[in-house]
Amino acid sequence: MRLHRLIAIIRKETLQIRRDFPSLLITVAMPLLLMLAFGYGVRFDVQHIPVYVYDREGSQQSQDFLKHFQASEYFRLIKAVDNYPALIEALDSGACRLAIVIPIDFSERLSAGGPVAVQALVDATDNNTANISLSYSEAVAQTYNQRLHLDWIQRHGLNTIQSPLSVDTRTWFNENLESSANIVPGVIAIIMAVIGSFLTSLTIAREWERGTMEQLVSTPITPLELMVGKLVPYFVIGLLDTVLCTALAILWFEVPFRGQWTVLLLSCTLFLVVVLSLGYLISVLAKSQLAASQAALIVTFLPAFLLSGFLYPIDQMPAAIQVITHLIPARYFMTILRDVFLKGTSIPFLASDLLALALFAAILTILATRAFHKKLT
Amino acid sequence: MPPSVATSDLTKRFPGITAVNRLTFEVHAGEIFGLVGPDGAGKTTTLRMLAGVLSPDGGSATVAGADIAREPEAAKARLSYMPQRFGLYEDLTVAENIRFYADVFGVSREEREARARQLLDAAGMSPFTTRSAGKLSGGMKQKLGLVCALIHRPLVILLDEPTNGVDPVSRRDFWRILYSLLNEGIAILMSTSYLDEAERCHRVALLHQGRMLYCETPVELKRRLHGAVVSIVGHEARRIRAALGGAAGVLNALLVGDGVHLVVDDAGRRIPELQAALQTAGLVFDRLEEIEPTIEDLFVAATSKERKP
Repeated sequence: MRLHRLIAIIRKETLQIRRDFPSLLITVAMPLLLMLAFGYGVRFDVQHIPVYVYDREGSQQSQDFLKHFQASEYFRLIKAVDNYPALIEALDSGACRLAIVIPIDFSERLSAGGPVAVQALVDATDNNTANISLSYSEAVAQTYNQRLHLDWIQRHGLNTIQSPLSVDTRTWFNENLESSANIVPGVIAIIMAVIGSFLTSLTIAREWERGTMEQLVSTPITPLELMVGKLVPYFVIGLLDTVLCTALAILWFEVPFRGQWTVLLLSCTLFLVVVLSLGYLISVLAKSQLAASQAALIVTFLPAFLLSGFLYPIDQMPAAIQVITHLIPARYFMTILRDVFLKGTSIPFLASDLLALALFAAILTILATRAFHKKLT
Repeated sequence: MPPSVATSDLTKRFPGITAVNRLTFEVHAGEIFGLVGPDGAGKTTTLRMLAGVLSPDGGSATVAGADIAREPEAAKARLSYMPQRFGLYEDLTVAENIRFYADVFGVSREEREARARQLLDAAGMSPFTTRSAGKLSGGMKQKLGLVCALIHRPLVILLDEPTNGVDPVSRRDFWRILYSLLNEGIAILMSTSYLDEAERCHRVALLHQGRMLYCETPVELKRRLHGAVVSIVGHEARRIRAALGGAAGVLNALLVGDGVHLVVDDAGRRIPELQAALQTAGLVFDRLEEIEPTIEDLFVAATSKERKP
């Protein structure tokens, strides 16, 4: 590797990136956009589920029960209707996700000691929200039951009894159970996968398309010099984007950062090398900018999004899919990022993940240099 | 002194066609050597193999003493190649393109600045150093390509139709630079489809379907064409050719863009006869005159002779 040739390529690429407004826009706007979109848009906490009610009795007690739904932050009572068809229509149109029907003899049967059934109709097109709606409804009913018991006990002059068993919970790492703490560090991995592979996927293909490659390969530049020279500017951009995203995560989304900066830097460096050389490899193989950029998105963005544990915990995936996730570099980076931000894990605990990233980096850089030939075909 | 470029039975095959067929020639230092022939003759393929960007399928070649098949990178350090399609970066300025190719070849700053000043002056491009290469005219682009190719003082330069579509003023600059290089001991190998350019070469090789028909000086090449060329400009070119193709003294008749070219044994004697024949046949024409043979005339004469040995 000759330094003067390497520097020549780095200089040339940097000038070209600086003059390519769309690329510059992507490097700055994409991280901001994705951070905000995911930081605010992706939430697994279910809140303010829209609810319609059909109170067939309309007594003080039925209204009292409904107030418990109103008081919960999980539900939002939108409308009370007075017939079934209106309720069905609301579910059909998506105006509500949960419909509560209170029977005509609600208070009567309650004072007789029950049992009384309140009907809950739930829109289960989104099964996750539906599940949560149902368990929250049951929790509301449970609370109401307890209050009724207490009232009954007090009315009969008995002492209140303590429940003998309770679970004393303490949440670790993400004390307020906020999904942003889980999502935002993961977004950094997604952003780096996209920036790293998408931008570099264009570099070689562009030279073939514009006809500049024929002259370039007639010079003594080596494939390694070409690759390193082309990737260095994007590596710097990738690191700057990481700093930008980390700053946003800590200062704006208030995600705790408990780990060591060195671990963050080391893992980011490894992951950047992985995605940059993957993008470069795709560019070498594709030879057209359109094909290369599409392949880059499919090969990096989608797996990083779906199979890295970003959206769904890997240990909850089917066994076969779990095996596949081991081939997704973003999987290891995702683990490291979340651990570094939230748990403050130190290097020994992350050794296997770091090692996996290093292995991917080594394999992909070797493949990328080998794939490039200084010949026209 | 060994030749700067030497090929021996150089061959390249593509599926269904032999693009270059056992080509053997030599180019010496201080010589401008032209590869001449129509599209598809194998000019570009030959230059690409010599530039080390295409592997030959047979034969061998050395460029500046390095075997292009065994040690292509050694050859690449000593040659410059200017592809037919503009190969520089349109989003970089003139000066940035020059700097890039200078840096790639490890040219020092002082050397680069002195050499660039001299070359840009000769090309008439000194005022345009900060202009984007993409915003240059066709002629300027080609001259910039030449400047970049020469910045590291190569021993051999390979130019693929460098003056194609270039305005006459730029072409003159281009050739002045090429001639000035000969004192430096550079060997220049270029392809062209212009005859007037072929005449400026010291020697030319006439290529046809991948094979070399002749390899000699332009004067010798023109002597191959017995007789003179008469150009008839007119709309009814096909009928004119049909009427005169078999006339006495006409050796060859070729349809060209604006009419017909006839190769005749004696222009002074045949021109009045041809005019009379056209009048008799009732064919109208705009102009009828003797012209300098074009590369096409030569080529047609050469290939038709080849077909009828």
